[in-house]
Amino acid sequence: MDRARHDAADQAEVVARASYGKLLAILAKRCGDIAVAEDALGDAFAAALAQWPRDGVPTNPLGWLVTVARRSIGHAAGRRQTAEAAIELVQLLQDEREATVASAFGDERLALMFVCAHPAIDSDVQTPLMLQTVLGLDAARIAACFLVSSGTMSQRLVRAKRKIRDAGIAFVVPDRTELSARLDMVLSAIYAAYGTAWEDVSGTDGKLGGLASEAIWLARLLRKLLPDDPEVMGLLSLMLHCEARRGARRDAHGVFIPLDRQDASRWNGAMIAEAEALLRATSLLAAPGRFQTEAAIQSLHAHQRVTGERFTEPLARLYDVLAHFAPTTGVLVARAVAHAENGASTNALRQLHEVRGAAEYQPWWAARARVCWLAGDEDGAWAAARTAAGLSSDPSVRAFLLGGGFRRAE
Amino acid sequence: MHYMLQFYENAAERAKPNDPAQAEAYWGGWTAYIGAIAQSGAMVSGNGLQPPEVATTLRVADGKRHVVDGPFADTKEILAGYVIVDVADLDGALEWASRAPCVTGGAVEIRSVLPPPNA
Repeated sequence: MDRARHDAADQAEVVARASYGKLLAILAKRCGDIAVAEDALGDAFAAALAQWPRDGVPTNPLGWLVTVARRSIGHAAGRRQTAEAAIELVQLLQDEREATVASAFGDERLALMFVCAHPAIDSDVQTPLMLQTVLGLDAARIAACFLVSSGTMSQRLVRAKRKIRDAGIAFVVPDRTELSARLDMVLSAIYAAYGTAWEDVSGTDGKLGGLASEAIWLARLLRKLLPDDPEVMGLLSLMLHCEARRGARRDAHGVFIPLDRQDASRWNGAMIAEAEALLRATSLLAAPGRFQTEAAIQSLHAHQRVTGERFTEPLARLYDVLAHFAPTTGVLVARAVAHAENGASTNALRQLHEVRGAAEYQPWWAARARVCWLAGDEDGAWAAARTAAGLSSDPSVRAFLLGGGFRRAE
Repeated sequence: MHYMLQFYENAAERAKPNDPAQAEAYWGGWTAYIGAIAQSGAMVSGNGLQPPEVATTLRVADGKRHVVDGPFADTKEILAGYVIVDVADLDGALEWASRAPCVTGGAVEIRSVLPPPNA
């Protein structure tokens, strides 16, 4: 008996973790209010924890949870006592009767992701909102990853949910004409979650490492929901390529190791194989984009490291393509280095000088050190490396720069 | 849902109706735009406004009326008019806002209308 109770409690937890976003999306779409849906889902999970161990797990756990949560929303609507709410309640009861089979629910998580990354939502809160609503992460954990206080993050999330409700942002997947622009925002929000883990080069902060796998999970989900989109595949491929190298980016003492000195045998082969397969699949769709290009660049870097062959020319060309899709400061700086590696160091120096607002941008100075070195300006390289070290917050990156890391072999 | 689209115009846009070379295109654009909203059935109401120079601002403090000529603060973009539209959601409102003639020479602020308090 005790065993059965434990199993039921375990199962309630398993369903909660695996289905949180799915259930929340169904409920939020119905009532248009994420906060109300969260409360109702919380009530339903609490009821499951109380009832399932006692009465056994229902044959359709998801359907049970949705029904209980909808009733809870219905009660809240009833309390508002408006004519509108009464209509809503009738609709809810109607839905409840129809919602007997879990598989009858479509997956509404895609619509939820588009709501979170709607252009009317402040871009700073899009990623946190997606992490909380689709994955069920709590505000404190998200706050730690975005380096803000838990209270600040909670406020931002509450404000965003209120905005979605009061501004009437629809829980729908945009139509074809808008899909690609809007999907770009969803992809960027997911990539930003991955970025929170990647910036933490030292890997010393255990709290940060986790968001990388959450971001990859979101990209996998998106791929399931939009299986034929090349940019979705591109993003997943890009993150898998980067993630595959995580274990090789530091030596035993935690010292940063640049890509061209990493021990490729410590890379995760399965992740690289998956990343490569995705990239091949995108090439068949012949619709290039930012994330596919970034993935292709990472793929070439990996090949370069493994085969010892130099791909400087295709890399320089890929960076040109990337700069066309996403002319961000980071991309423009990386493009200049790629051109310098390909022998065009004078041109690369000019490109670096054309990048605006980079005076305090550490990667710009690190890039300048490398480009100056390749151009034969050793003094310039050391000066730039010292500035880059002064702008770095990571001791091992600082040591790399001050130790003349820009002189690495061709 | 009802949304208020507030049409803001910058200095260059504001100058158009007073410039004989541009006035016709300016008014033609607005007439066509407002007509299209009306024809679609989304129009609830709306008005153009006289410029802020014509505005009068009133404040009451300690029971005394303080009437000031003009707006309180001068801003680069001024409210030139508004419409209330009835559309399904924010994307529907954004769709109409994107067609406003002032969207390239100013901005459109979209505000959802507060539902009436419960009866």
